[in-house]
Amino acid sequence: MTLQDTGLAAYNFAYLDEQTKRMIRRAILKAIAIPGYQVPFASREMPMPYGWGTGGVQVTASIIGPEDVLKVIDQGSDDTTNAVSIRKFFEKTAGVETTTRTGEATVIQTRHRIPEAPLKEGQVLVYQVPIPEPLRFLEPRETETRKMHALEEYGLMHVKLYEDIARNGHIATTYAYPVKVEGRYVMDPSPTPKFDNPKMDNCAALQLFGAGREKRIYAIPPYTSVVSLDFEDHPFEVNRFEQPCALCGAEGVYLDEMILDDKGGRMFCCSDTDFCEERRGEAESVSASNGEIV
Amino acid sequence: MQIPNGLDGQGAERHGRDKPLLSVSGVSHYYGDRIGCRNVSFTLYPGEVLAIVGESGSGKTTLLNCISTRMEPTTGEVTYRFRDGSVKNLYRMGEAERRFLMRTDWGFVHQNPADGLRMTVSAGANVGERLMAVGERHYGRIRETATDWLTKVEIAADRIDDQPRAFSGGMRQRLQIARNLVTHPRLVFMDEPTGGLDVSVQARMLDLLRGLVADLGLAVIIVTHDLAVARLLSHRMMVMKDGEVIETGLTDQLLDDPQAAYTQLLVSSILQV
Repeated sequence: MTLQDTGLAAYNFAYLDEQTKRMIRRAILKAIAIPGYQVPFASREMPMPYGWGTGGVQVTASIIGPEDVLKVIDQGSDDTTNAVSIRKFFEKTAGVETTTRTGEATVIQTRHRIPEAPLKEGQVLVYQVPIPEPLRFLEPRETETRKMHALEEYGLMHVKLYEDIARNGHIATTYAYPVKVEGRYVMDPSPTPKFDNPKMDNCAALQLFGAGREKRIYAIPPYTSVVSLDFEDHPFEVNRFEQPCALCGAEGVYLDEMILDDKGGRMFCCSDTDFCEERRGEAESVSASNGEIV
Repeated sequence: MQIPNGLDGQGAERHGRDKPLLSVSGVSHYYGDRIGCRNVSFTLYPGEVLAIVGESGSGKTTLLNCISTRMEPTTGEVTYRFRDGSVKNLYRMGEAERRFLMRTDWGFVHQNPADGLRMTVSAGANVGERLMAVGERHYGRIRETATDWLTKVEIAADRIDDQPRAFSGGMRQRLQIARNLVTHPRLVFMDEPTGGLDVSVQARMLDLLRGLVADLGLAVIIVTHDLAVARLLSHRMMVMKDGEVIETGLTDQLLDDPQAAYTQLLVSSILQV
């Protein structure tokens, strides 16, 4: 059943009108041309509140085509409210195929995680960004932060890291950890855990960042250098976990803590649900082919 | 009358000491129809301390802002001699270069320390910011330098992780001075650095400043309405009234034998205790 059959006014493909999409595409092209630079764009009202991914949705709507396969994750998970709603939104307004499989998707919209499975050429990762300006909490004036970016005055960013070490003895920033893109712009990687920062470096996929409320788009083209800021005597380190995933046994992945009961019971399992499920599926088929009873 | 080192002898033989560090010629600034400052010219030599005095509204701060690149003058030129000996017109330089100069070779001490400090980051980070801005990326070294400078300005080293919010007015002002001097600037601008401090704190502050200026061979342009401050710190003085310079000269000469009527009034207005 098409929308016309319902008697409702039809949406344009992927909700946004074509002029808006052109405007956003121009911003995206500029963002790709200047890696890490925040391009202002005329962010639209979307049928969802600010903070729920309006920036990411607008970017996705502007780049998605009928042949695309969309995956949406929220904190690594395919089945939380935000992910399910946005996936349904595009199923309804664009009629595109959706998936939870990282490998099958051509466009992946994400809230605060990068999938564990390595991304491939041709894939696009769209981040939802709440506050695009890495210097914001240190310098409240937008006029000043823009000037600082323009003149490459990034001493202040290290002041933040200095404060971290002075207070905690180590760099305690664990998410939205500032990076330098292609040796020029300092960029906020959106509130992804710093565990994911190394995945941004020299990534085969195109990475696009949309901040709807703040009206900014920025990008990391494929195979671009992304370096996490640090001190010589306090180098950048990713989060470490003491145990493997309780469900699939994966090591070296980002884990979520799950509270199991109110008696202190908990477990740690993959935050990337698709990665975890695929691993468990493989393990089952292996044991099945070995003739074991599963 | 005691004159701090500078004009005479000491260090004059060092390279470039005999050439002006900063030359100001014909600087005027208008706020619409109103005059901020008009047709001010002077030269400043390395290691020299120049005081600009005058009552409030006389254009002292406007002039200071014009020569420290914080505000573009309506007309006039300001040239500065860089460490490599090249002389450049400040307002012909790119903004990036100007801002770099501001945070390396220059310092600016505000009257209100809150304007010159980052109140929400620790004292150590306040001092270290300039080092990080010029590319220092070693935490241990930054901290060591910061501790060293805090000691120099008489702030206990164990206050390094406190925010300036927790400091008294005098301590904040000293911290601001440390923050400015950490990159070993050659020229420091001060706008009423002792304003708002009580007299005993002011006296210690002046003592400290005088020591630092002499030790580091700083050139300083200090704006003040307090003639006692000018007398203690400066070698030369400029008296301003209604946006114009009405008298210049050596500090002791000018204070002991004022020529212009207004300067005479100013000098005689000092409360004799």
